[in-house]
Amino acid sequence: MANTINAPAATAEGAPSFWQVARDTIRFILKEFKPKGKMLTPFNVITGAIILLGLVLIVIRFAYGLSSVTNLSQNYPWGIWIGFDVVTGVAFAGGAYVLTFLVHILKVKKYEPIVRVTVLNGFLAYVFYAGALLLDLGRPWNVINPIIGNSFGLSSVLFLVAWHFMLYMICEFLEFSPTVAEWLHWPKLRRILEGLTTGAVIFGITLSTLHQSGLGALFLLAPSKIHPLWYSHNIPVMFFISSIFAGISMVIIESTFTHRVFKDRIGHALHEGHNAILLGLAKGAVGALFAYIFVKMIDFVHYKLWTQIASPMGYWYLLELVGFVVLPTALFLTAIRKRSVKLVQFTAFLTAVGVILNRLNVSVIAFKWYEAVRYYPSWMEIEVTLAIISMELWVFRWVINRMPVFGAHPAAVETEEETVEDKEVVRWKASVL
Amino acid sequence: MTISRRDFLKVAGTTGALLAGGGRPAHAQQTSEGGVEFNGMLIDTTKCIGCRACEAACNEANKLPKPEVSLETESVFERNRDTTPDAFTVVNKFPNEKEPDKPIFVRKQCMHCNQPACASACLTKAMEKTREAAVIYNKGRCMGCRYCMVACPFDIPKFQYDSPTPFVKKCIFCNERQMRGEQPACSEACPEGATLFGKKRDLLEIARTRIAKEPDKYIHHIYGEHEVGGTGWLYLYGAPAEKLGLKTNLETTPYPELTSGFLYGVPLVFVLWPSLLIGLNYLIKDSEEKETSHGEHD
Repeated sequence: MANTINAPAATAEGAPSFWQVARDTIRFILKEFKPKGKMLTPFNVITGAIILLGLVLIVIRFAYGLSSVTNLSQNYPWGIWIGFDVVTGVAFAGGAYVLTFLVHILKVKKYEPIVRVTVLNGFLAYVFYAGALLLDLGRPWNVINPIIGNSFGLSSVLFLVAWHFMLYMICEFLEFSPTVAEWLHWPKLRRILEGLTTGAVIFGITLSTLHQSGLGALFLLAPSKIHPLWYSHNIPVMFFISSIFAGISMVIIESTFTHRVFKDRIGHALHEGHNAILLGLAKGAVGALFAYIFVKMIDFVHYKLWTQIASPMGYWYLLELVGFVVLPTALFLTAIRKRSVKLVQFTAFLTAVGVILNRLNVSVIAFKWYEAVRYYPSWMEIEVTLAIISMELWVFRWVINRMPVFGAHPAAVETEEETVEDKEVVRWKASVL
Repeated sequence: MTISRRDFLKVAGTTGALLAGGGRPAHAQQTSEGGVEFNGMLIDTTKCIGCRACEAACNEANKLPKPEVSLETESVFERNRDTTPDAFTVVNKFPNEKEPDKPIFVRKQCMHCNQPACASACLTKAMEKTREAAVIYNKGRCMGCRYCMVACPFDIPKFQYDSPTPFVKKCIFCNERQMRGEQPACSEACPEGATLFGKKRDLLEIARTRIAKEPDKYIHHIYGEHEVGGTGWLYLYGAPAEKLGLKTNLETTPYPELTSGFLYGVPLVFVLWPSLLIGLNYLIKDSEEKETSHGEHD
C-alpha cells in the first residue's frame, strides 16, 4: 500500500504540463513493475520454471513447425491448444459477461464487489487463451487478414469468432479501464471511461452471446466426424448456456482462491458479502444447468441417442452428463438449501471439470473417435498450456497487487468523492487502517 | 447407420430414381452462381489399371518433390495410402470379390464440391471455389488455422506440419491448365480413360449411360452426384463404396447450409440484444431512481 502515497498526482503546484504528467506516469508505472513481496516462493519457482520451459518450446515451435512440439496430424488438425486453451478457456471467461449483466444492466448491488476481478479475469483469459491461438496458427502473421485484408470469409463461423474475440477484448478492456485510471490517479479519465462502461457491457454481452455459441457452431461443419452423442444442431445453444455456468463456476473457484491469497487486498464490502455472493452465484448456475439439461434432453429424444448409449463412448457420455452436469445441479441445490459455501465451492469445481470434459469431447475426444490411431497431446503441448496458465496467473497477481480491483482505490475515492457515498468512503478508509 | 445408407443406395440405384426417404435429396447444381457450366471429372474405377500415371502427372504438373517410393514400385499398394502435402492424388488397391484376380484401383484426391465445406469454413477466403469448378487455394491469404481440414468431409486438405512457414496443400483441379483451355494433367495422362474430364452435366449422362448399358458391372449409384450437395468429381464402381475407401456416411446437405442457420441468427442477435439490454437498463435505472429519494450517481 505504501506505493500509493507518492503517486504521480502533481496537483499541488497548479496545472502540470502534459510532459510532466507523462514523465511522472511512466516513472510510476516503471516502479510498479518491480516485484512485490518474496520472490522465491514455491509458487514462483514452479510456475517460473514452467514458463521458462514453455517459452523455449514456443521458440522451437516457431523455428521448426508445429510437428516439432505437437502431436497434431493430418487426421487431427486441432489438438488441446484449440480444444482446451481456446475453446475451454473462452467458456470459463464467460463469467465476465454474466456478472456485468447482473451489475451494470440489472443493477444488482450484491455482486458489485466481484465484478472488477471477474472482468479482469475474463480479459486476461481472452488475452492469454485466445492469444494461444497464435501459437497454433501455421501462419500467425496472417491473423490480421480477416480483420484488415480484402479477403473477408463472410460465410465462415470462424470469421465471426475472430472478429468477436477482438471486439470483445476491447469491450472488456473498456469495462476494466476505470480501475486502471484509478491506479494511475487520473480521476478525469476515470469519469470518461466509466461513462463508456454501460455501452461496453451491452456490446460485450451481445458479442459474448454470439461468439460463445459461435465456438460451438464451428463444429457444425463436422457432422460425419463428431460422435453422434456430441454432434447436434444445438451445439451453439449448448455452448452458450454452458458458458454461463462455466463462467459462474470459474468466478466461484477464482474467488475461493483470491479470498485466501489476496486477503489484504480485499475490500470491506467483499469480505462481508462473500458468502452471500457465492450462494447467489450458485443459484444462477443452477438455472443455467437446468436449461442445459433440458436442451440435452431434447437432443436425446430428437437424435434417438439411446441407441448409442451402450458403447464405450456412450458410457463416457453418461459420465460427462450425469457425473458433471446432473450431479452438480443436485449438489448446488443442496448447497443452496443448507447455505453451505463449502459445498458451493466444491460443486463449482465439479461443474468446471464437466465443462472441460464437454469442450474436449466435442473438439478432441469425440472428434474422429473412429480412427485407429488417435490424437493425444504431447507432453510439450501440455507444458505450453501450463505455461500460458502460469503467465496469466502472474499477470493477474501483478494487477491485483497494484490496481484497486477489489473495491475502489482509497486515493481515487478522495479525489472523486461524488462517485461514492460518504459512508462507503469511511468504511474503506477504516478497512485500510 | 451404414446399413440403412447402403439400403438406400441400393434402392435409389436400382430404381434409378433420385427419391429418398420421402423427399428429394438436396438438388445438386451443375452450374456455378454465374451460370457457368461446372467442369467435372468422371472416375470409372472399373477401367483403372493402377498404373499411377495420374500420380506421376500430378507430381510433375504441381512441381511436387520426388516421391520417396518410386512411382514404378508396386509395393505402395501394400497399404492404404492417404494424400499428403506432397501427393495430391493417390491410387489405392482394393480386393475384388467378384473377380479376385482383378483388384480394384481407386483414386483419391480433392472432390471439388459444388459448395465446398473448406471454402465456407475459411475465414480469409484462402480456399475458394472458382466459377469453373476448381476449389483453389490462395496461399497468401491463409493463416494456417486448419479449420478447412476439420470441415472437409473427405479429409483432403493436408498441412505442412514440419514447416515453420506451412501451407495447406491439396489438388486444385489443375486450375491454371484449365484456364489455358487444357485439361488437368491426370486425365490427360490416363491411358484407360478411367479419369475423364468434361462438363459435369455431360459426365453425369455418360455415367448413367454406362450403368444402363452394363447394369451388372456397376453399382447403380454415381458417387458425388448428391453427396454433400454434389461434387465436381464423380465415381463409378462395381463394388460397394465402403469397401473402396469412399466415405458412405455423408448426407446430401451442402456443408455451408450446416452453419447458415447460425449465421442468419447473427444479425438478429446484433439488433435484438442491444435494444433489449438498453431497454432493460433504462427500465431498471428508472425504477431505482423512484425508489431512492435522491437519484444515485452510477
